[in-house]
Amino acid sequence: MDVSNIIESLKLIKPEIAVSASLILVLIFDLIFHKDKKLIPYVALLGLFATGYFVIHQFGTTGFGFATKSTFKAFGMVTVDSFGTFFKLLILISAVLVLFFSSFSDEIKKTTDRLGEYYVLIFGMILGMFLMVSATDFLLIYLSMELLSLSSYVLAGFTKLRDRNSEASLKYVIYGSVSSGLMLFGISIIYGLTGSTNLYVINSLIQSPQINVLALSFALILVMAGMGFKISAAPFHFWTPDVYEGSPITITAFLSVASKAAGFGLLIRFIKTGFAAMTLNNGYWMLNPIFDWKLIIVILAILTMTLGNFSALWQNNLKRMLAYSSIAHAGYLLLGLAVFSNQGIAAILIYFFVYMLMNLGAFLIVMLIADKLGSEDVDDYDGLGYTSPFLGISLAVFLVSLTGLPPTAGFIGKLYIFSALIDAKMFVVAVIGVLNSVVSLYYYIRVLKHMYLVKPKIQPVEIIPGLSQKFLVLLLVVPVLFFGIYFSPIVELAKNCVVLLGF
Amino acid sequence: MAGFPILSLVTFLPVLGMIIIMFLKKEQALTIKYTTLLITGIQLVVAVVMLLNFNYNAQGVFQQSSFQFIEKFRWIQVPGVSWLGTVKIDYFLGVDGISMPMILLTAIVSFIATLSSWNIEKSIKGYFALFLLLDTGMMGVFVSLDFFLFYIFWELMLLPMYFLIGIWGGPRKEYAAIKFFIYTLFGSVFMLLVMIGLYFSAFETLADGTKVHTFNLLAMMDPSNFSANGILSPFNPSNLRFIAYIALFVGFAIKIPMFPFHTWLPDAHVEAPTPISVILAGVLLKMGTYGILRISYPIFPDITKQLMWWIALFGMINILYGAFVALAQKDFKKLIAYSSVSHMGYVLLGMASLTTAGISGAVFQMFNHGTITAMLFLIVGVIYDRAHTRGLDEFGGLAVQMPIYAGFVTVAFFAAIGLPSMSGFVSEALVFVGSFSVEGIRVLSILSSLGILLGAGYMLWTLQRVYLGKLNEKWANLKDLDVREYLMFVPLSIIVIFLGVYPSGMLNIMTTSVNTLVNLVNNGFAKVLF
Repeated sequence: MDVSNIIESLKLIKPEIAVSASLILVLIFDLIFHKDKKLIPYVALLGLFATGYFVIHQFGTTGFGFATKSTFKAFGMVTVDSFGTFFKLLILISAVLVLFFSSFSDEIKKTTDRLGEYYVLIFGMILGMFLMVSATDFLLIYLSMELLSLSSYVLAGFTKLRDRNSEASLKYVIYGSVSSGLMLFGISIIYGLTGSTNLYVINSLIQSPQINVLALSFALILVMAGMGFKISAAPFHFWTPDVYEGSPITITAFLSVASKAAGFGLLIRFIKTGFAAMTLNNGYWMLNPIFDWKLIIVILAILTMTLGNFSALWQNNLKRMLAYSSIAHAGYLLLGLAVFSNQGIAAILIYFFVYMLMNLGAFLIVMLIADKLGSEDVDDYDGLGYTSPFLGISLAVFLVSLTGLPPTAGFIGKLYIFSALIDAKMFVVAVIGVLNSVVSLYYYIRVLKHMYLVKPKIQPVEIIPGLSQKFLVLLLVVPVLFFGIYFSPIVELAKNCVVLLGF
Repeated sequence: MAGFPILSLVTFLPVLGMIIIMFLKKEQALTIKYTTLLITGIQLVVAVVMLLNFNYNAQGVFQQSSFQFIEKFRWIQVPGVSWLGTVKIDYFLGVDGISMPMILLTAIVSFIATLSSWNIEKSIKGYFALFLLLDTGMMGVFVSLDFFLFYIFWELMLLPMYFLIGIWGGPRKEYAAIKFFIYTLFGSVFMLLVMIGLYFSAFETLADGTKVHTFNLLAMMDPSNFSANGILSPFNPSNLRFIAYIALFVGFAIKIPMFPFHTWLPDAHVEAPTPISVILAGVLLKMGTYGILRISYPIFPDITKQLMWWIALFGMINILYGAFVALAQKDFKKLIAYSSVSHMGYVLLGMASLTTAGISGAVFQMFNHGTITAMLFLIVGVIYDRAHTRGLDEFGGLAVQMPIYAGFVTVAFFAAIGLPSMSGFVSEALVFVGSFSVEGIRVLSILSSLGILLGAGYMLWTLQRVYLGKLNEKWANLKDLDVREYLMFVPLSIIVIFLGVYPSGMLNIMTTSVNTLVNLVNNGFAKVLF
């Protein structure tokens, strides 16, 4: 690797550099103005906007960065393409929103003295996620996942207000380290088999007939454990409810959207780069038959959404319920992947965009209500729809969208996922998918039932959100409704972002 | 009239009303009520204007040029790439002889239901806002000619209905509301899958000659728009088309509701407040049968013909089962609910005959059932408002106490039984004429006629128990109808009697379209396939 190569490569990772710079900036700012923490969110916001500038500029750019050997110059550690950039944008938008959430959150306000660390860790997470969605080398994959994990372990228990914060953090660490250990083991086997950590190189090497199929399959299942953990796919999902319930809501929201997006970005890129021989003209991928990805992903998808939905039925704590619901949504997203076609990926991108809006929205309302009520229990929501009509209607919109009913954006997401399945003639899977969404109706509507139908035992508290809070809620409600009726823009965006540099 | 978006007006007028109501204050209860009444009134006027401008000789059904009041705009367009075809969805509205009666019905029932909502007391603002949203959903279903749009309107009604039953309903409202919601959603997700399947199978040729996938219902009715290997193409020898038909049919059957998917209906009806019961029975149930006529029949004529015996069988089961269960009811409202199940069976039976008489009878029965059952539920509502009970055995001799009310009751009951000179008679007669004339389902038709007898049984028995005999002293202070209630009953009674004496008034509207549909189903595909 020569110097000019590095300099060329640096141009490709401007957003990552911007994130790192912001991280350092926040750290320094925190040290200099350690008495006044009020400015830190603004600095962080500035950093995010600067990053956003570079991310948006990156659209359309393609390239490989940091090639390991000059002979394999084209195959770098980092691959920049529209697919990765889409996920970066998604992560960034949710980061900006979570930053605003944090400025409203009572939980975070109680820990103002450590606000600097909070934002530094968030930037750590973003950096990890950015690298994850563009990594094409096992080394970088592992490192970026660890960077994301370590930052989120700390953030999960950041507030230290209640026992459950520490419990969340500890559980996260334990599950996380086990799965990353398994993944590392899988990676080492693959390295042993192929002698390379680069996905492009591995792709060409495993086409040789000498490869030990059993060892490779074993290794891939281990690697899936690591990635399955990040996207909380069953059976690697057990940490999710506890961590989501115990973490501060802002972090839960961020984990449920951004962290999951990064996991999906990584998983899709891993499979496409490592195993696709080529993409056919009709959008379908030709996968290396050495490992039956389709079977694995279909099983994971069905297991994930069914377990997620059926477990969510019994939850009384809204954060926990949303945790299970996010598991179920990971299942729907996996359905899109199971098609192994550009159509499926486009559906995933559309779904993710929509999921970001509605899931963050739901968490925001739950947070605003929890700040006043001090509870996330669904029984405490009785009659809330009447005393706080604005929050009630907004939450209703988000939950209806999560169920996937028109005219909300959630329907468009489901429409495209199921379209991809039908187009691929995977009818049985599609039927299981839609039946799952019928099941999900029950627990989403249950919240509405408590807000509107159940007579409250005690006079419910009136929650009047501030002007800026209202504005933030509207910022999420309006697109959820708008994209439900006019969805050309997201389809257009997704269509253009399916381009994955590879085979 | 040309160029004026009258269908958008009639569909989205209620949304306008909803927005106005949103800006009114909670305390302005009367203003909210009058706004709703005004909006539904205008809607009714617009519907009548449409009727006056309606061309009775236009076919519709599958031919875009002969649909009326067409509005067609590009709604979604995303240019395609090699792996993703151009995404194109139209905002496509139009009316023919099958949808026109339904539009009239929706407008009439909504107006009457608004009047009947006058004594709603709990959160009036929310109630009328949701009511109007529901109105838009119903109207939208009847005017859409694009499957995607149809589906959106179809689903749009679910949420308002859930809240209207769930908030303003009776003691077991929560259970009834969620049962309604889950049942209907269960049906409509299958409809969604079939819709997507049809989308990938059918093409539409754009002005510039390119072929794109389409949700256009009319394009799906033309076999030449299907590619040979399309999933649901008539040229595809797999049995997927058959499965899709069943799935779609189940989606519609739940709404009708057809046995064995009917169990949500009695719960929903018993718990719903009177005006919502009126809407539910008057309009919502028709959407199931309308969907079958508008979508299942012309898109899948081949399979429809294969399954006509089964449709007739389920029609017969509905008629007899509904009637038998109605006989056993002790709750007035539940009795009417089951009578609805029975009466919707006639619609299924008539449709199954695939004859002009049968299908005209079915569409006419849809309209008549809408008006008659609306009256029946209003009748129950009147009694419940005053006595706060609906037990059939707790009354007696009410005709003495409330003579005018009893007069309307008699009209409604005899119309429901199908007495000649009432509208119900004509439609049921046509249904039997149609179904009897088809050899394959003649036996079913004969057996179904038992339903008329049973219908007379439970209706007359109810009349006797509640209205005739000695007045139960407990109810000696019940007041007769007031002006508002007059306003609800008089128009409906006039319609019921008028259409009984002069059925051509309604039948003429639909004849041309029904004939076209019958021809299409019987030999439309044959020409191309064989």
